[in-house]
Amino acid sequence: MAKPSLKKTIMREQPHSERIHNFNEVPYGYSDEEAIAEANRCLQCKKPKCVEGCPVEIDIPGFIKEIAANNFTNSIRSMKSKNALPAICGRVCPQEVQCEELCTLKKMGEPVAIGRLERFVADWEAKTGKIEMPEISPATGKKVAVVGAGPAGLTVAADLALMGHKVTVFEALHEAGGVLVYGIPEFRLPKSIVRREVEYVQKLGVKLITSYIVGKLQTVDELLKEFGAIFIGTGAGLPWFMNIEGENYNGVYSANEYLTRSNLMKAYLFPEYDTPIVKGKNVATIGGGNVAMDCARTALRLGAAKSMLIYRRSKTEMPARIEEIEHAEAEGVEFYLLTLPIKYHADAQSWVREIECLKMALGESDASGRRKPVPIEGSNFRIPVDVAVVAIGNSPNPLIAATTPDLKVGKHGNIEIDAKPQERLLLYWRWAEEGLLLGQ
Amino acid sequence: MNRILRKEVLTSSIKLFEIETPLIAAKVLPGQFVVTIAADKGERIPLTVADANKGKGTITIIFQEVGKSTKLLGTLREGDEIPVVVGPLGKPSEIELFGTVVCIGGGVGIAPIYPIMKGLKSIGNKVISIIGAREKGLLILEQEIREQTDELYVTTDDGSYGRKGFVSDELKRLIGEGRKIDRVIAIGPSVMMKAVVEVTMPCNIKTIVSLNPIMVDGTGMCGACRVEVGGETRFACVDGPEFDGHLVNFELLSKRLSIYLKEEKEACQKEAVSCK
Repeated sequence: MAKPSLKKTIMREQPHSERIHNFNEVPYGYSDEEAIAEANRCLQCKKPKCVEGCPVEIDIPGFIKEIAANNFTNSIRSMKSKNALPAICGRVCPQEVQCEELCTLKKMGEPVAIGRLERFVADWEAKTGKIEMPEISPATGKKVAVVGAGPAGLTVAADLALMGHKVTVFEALHEAGGVLVYGIPEFRLPKSIVRREVEYVQKLGVKLITSYIVGKLQTVDELLKEFGAIFIGTGAGLPWFMNIEGENYNGVYSANEYLTRSNLMKAYLFPEYDTPIVKGKNVATIGGGNVAMDCARTALRLGAAKSMLIYRRSKTEMPARIEEIEHAEAEGVEFYLLTLPIKYHADAQSWVREIECLKMALGESDASGRRKPVPIEGSNFRIPVDVAVVAIGNSPNPLIAATTPDLKVGKHGNIEIDAKPQERLLLYWRWAEEGLLLGQ
Repeated sequence: MNRILRKEVLTSSIKLFEIETPLIAAKVLPGQFVVTIAADKGERIPLTVADANKGKGTITIIFQEVGKSTKLLGTLREGDEIPVVVGPLGKPSEIELFGTVVCIGGGVGIAPIYPIMKGLKSIGNKVISIIGAREKGLLILEQEIREQTDELYVTTDDGSYGRKGFVSDELKRLIGEGRKIDRVIAIGPSVMMKAVVEVTMPCNIKTIVSLNPIMVDGTGMCGACRVEVGGETRFACVDGPEFDGHLVNFELLSKRLSIYLKEEKEACQKEAVSCK
């Protein structure tokens, strides 16, 4: 066997000058030949480390081996026995800190492009138009409710359906997908792909009910009268603000609102779609995560002359995926690093016009292991803007916790369960069957 | 699902739908709202529930056609299904024994005041109602409210019906007469609620208002509906929509309500519908 290339096979993408004017997906995906070439880089390790890095334990060398052998049907079959959402995961999973992080090739150069191959084989199957259905275990007669049709809920629903359980997914919004439809932009994850994989989950026998708010229409308590177990996958839907002066001026958005308007409600197609969005000329996004990159890149596509990103630490501390940072930079997003917004200034009509910031310096390491940013006194300066997007994170939506009195909730609104992640659902189940879940 | 069983045209721009939605009807309480989408590419619009019939499995919504989305909703007919009706959302009103309560509704705000008024009356409060509109032709639910309330006062801005003036003037008159009032609840345009609050503030009468900021999801996810209450930012969709009126920053509310005026005009022009 020839020595594998130390570089990933390049995935072609839309040129930056073009893509900032449209919402089409940026990378084109591999051709058959490119996929086979990339698959051949895999060393087929006897003890594959990559699988340990995968939350759903896909047989990674297995599906890659089938691609290398030009047997795409077997490859997707193997994939789908573990993951019902490969076209989504191949695009938006942080592979560089999961499977690819542990790839043996990474010790010598670049890891195998596992994500790109996952995406390739999923798209290949969709292109054939023949979606193969996996074998579903005999019905167990058990009913499970899944709250939230985001990536977690859909994955759990598909797995349970394959095990033969009867699953109903309750979604609060009018479309299934959670962050995949309201948060991640079209240019990173086309919504037709989300719909395709949601339909696949439904074909597994999962019943999907949209516009149904658990906690309001039925409480968890009430659902437990009908269902043997409940999976709560309501995500981190409560946006944080910085609580600085002027944050409620017109033109200041939370990332959730900005992205929900653009993605879920299709405001980028206004007025064909009815939901509007303020299309600023000078847009500043505050934050350094993937969501911040999504906002900054969305602003460009909505027609901003200048899309800026304000982050209080330096680039090395940014939580966003390197790939996303590179995409944003290539598209012309201007980075204001080591910069802390302290106040918004508005015009007489209450529209935001400037963000007052402080320059920061990096001090000692903090609890997260990153160097703590310290404000430099007197370094105040102003950045002219007409739209600002606050993308500094979210905490869990409190609705379920607020209406489920016996659920243990942590200080960030997270549900606390004393079990390892892989045991949690089982535990819920046992508690439910024993009537213990709500301390009855 | 979400079938319109009854449609009534209450005024030239205000319409009533009684919608078959048994799950919401079983749970909704006075003060809560639903979010609707009227068409495939439509906006999510929040509408306060004006009535519910658990037995029949229906809720009633009353809305004013002010922009493209509400106009679109208004084109639906009896027998049609509304694509999306989700709820009940928001915190319900406090329905407790307060003593004498003045319930004030202005314009289409008379609709959400109606179930609150009924609820307060049903548990033994003395309820005085004040309703008002710009002109006689725009006044809604007068008969329904008259049947429930202990006293009713009606105002119109132009004097075409009832007393000429604003609902806040009528409240001022009652207070001036030395009437004992334990609580005021006011729902209507933000200028109206602000005027009511300015009347009750000096006499320290607890005043609840229901805020109507722009919303998207209505579940606390986006923060579009940020309002300032007592100097703190709150989300009207989950922390409200009702707040202590004495603590509300109405100026901010009015300004935030104007964010999309330009876009609203553009949408209307495209549809060639006349928007107010």
